[in-house]
Amino acid sequence: MKVTIIDYGAGNVPSVERALQRLGADTQRTNIADDVAAARALVLPGVGHFAALMRALGTQNIRAALISAIQKGVPYLGICLGLQALFESSEEAPGLKGLGLLSGNVSALPANVKLPHMGWNQIAAKLDSKLLQGIDPAAYFYFAHSYAALRSNGSTIATCCHGTSFAAVVEAQNIFGVQFHPEKSGDAGARVLENFLRIAA
Amino acid sequence: MSLAHRIIPCLDTDGDRVVKGVKFVGLRDAGDPVALAARYNAEGADELVVLDIAAARDRRPTFLQTIRRVAAELSIPLTAGGGIRALEDARAVVRAGADKIAVNTAVVARPELISELSREFGAQAVVLAVDAKRKGDHWDVMVRGGRESASLDAIEWARAGVSHGAGEILLTSVDRDGTQCGFDVALTAAISKAVSVPVIASGGAKLPEHFVEIFREGAADAALAASIFHDEVQSIRTLKQFLAANRIEVRLPC
Repeated sequence: MKVTIIDYGAGNVPSVERALQRLGADTQRTNIADDVAAARALVLPGVGHFAALMRALGTQNIRAALISAIQKGVPYLGICLGLQALFESSEEAPGLKGLGLLSGNVSALPANVKLPHMGWNQIAAKLDSKLLQGIDPAAYFYFAHSYAALRSNGSTIATCCHGTSFAAVVEAQNIFGVQFHPEKSGDAGARVLENFLRIAA
Repeated sequence: MSLAHRIIPCLDTDGDRVVKGVKFVGLRDAGDPVALAARYNAEGADELVVLDIAAARDRRPTFLQTIRRVAAELSIPLTAGGGIRALEDARAVVRAGADKIAVNTAVVARPELISELSREFGAQAVVLAVDAKRKGDHWDVMVRGGRESASLDAIEWARAGVSHGAGEILLTSVDRDGTQCGFDVALTAAISKAVSVPVIASGGAKLPEHFVEIFREGAADAALAASIFHDEVQSIRTLKQFLAANRIEVRLPC
């Protein structure tokens, strides 16, 4: 199974790559649109600012290739910002468009709790999840973010709560997204990646 | 369902070895960073911190190599610090595999560096390390490995650091560091109350009760320790079981 990891310069690309390789996946790191267009499975890791991600995808001409590949049915896993990018927009960068593949917006977490939401938290699955198959419902995952999809219009499969409830896992046909970092979430995180590899195979 | 309290082992390194001192001095060898990292990852550590305490320019390549080798062992987040004086230093440790960057002395001299790091890597990647020492009715910020006073109030400095863009505070009590007499509860509670970001308490841990105390009374979000883990005075697994039995929310390893 060959997985194409979109490398727009985010810090967590090497650890995502390493985590996938540990599971036996063949990985390709790229910032070239043609590679994205030819991909069999796509992973978009991401940390940092929404604007930095969307601008990088735009200037590297990856955006159109990515949208078209996902619309054709190529399995996609978005991690952290890679989940947020799926929506229409983010409060972190007003005026910038997300990929718009899922309806809904990304908002700031409320200021009545410590931010960033940083550390290990549990999630609550609402529906049958392909990504969470075989994972202990009490498992913890590592989060590090201040923005989240609070209203995701039906694509949310599991929620997490920090000041408010938000999308921890989204699934819609071939589109998958996790707000946490599976590459930093120990055995439970490895299982999520393994499930994605199985779905994409 | 809420955030688990984190247990974070810390590797103070000099070149490619882990060292440990008492009250920031009297260093001794405490092992191989890669072997310790692998052990902590397996035992259920929630994160790992690696600090280059020598932070000598000529030994920088060795430190980066240590980061790379440690990162390869981990499926948990890694923070690296020590000797980060400019954006370029931070880029090098992030490229080597660190998820977060801890800054201390350099940002006391030039707080704008915090904003530069935060803009480039995001606030979640910028850890402001504050070394605090009791002085009369307040806590003084110490720099250069705890040796020099920066003539700053620790609470005000932590607040300023957060407003510059730090996403977390790594708070070390210079008075307690290496003493194994327990964390500084008053200091940690004061800083935790003053800032809107998570606080990692450090310095003085030995007994499991010290951890219960710092989470319950010190309002710490995470607790960091070094020698008690290296010397196997305390295992992370049994520490977490003790915390869970005391109704402190932790992530129990499987």
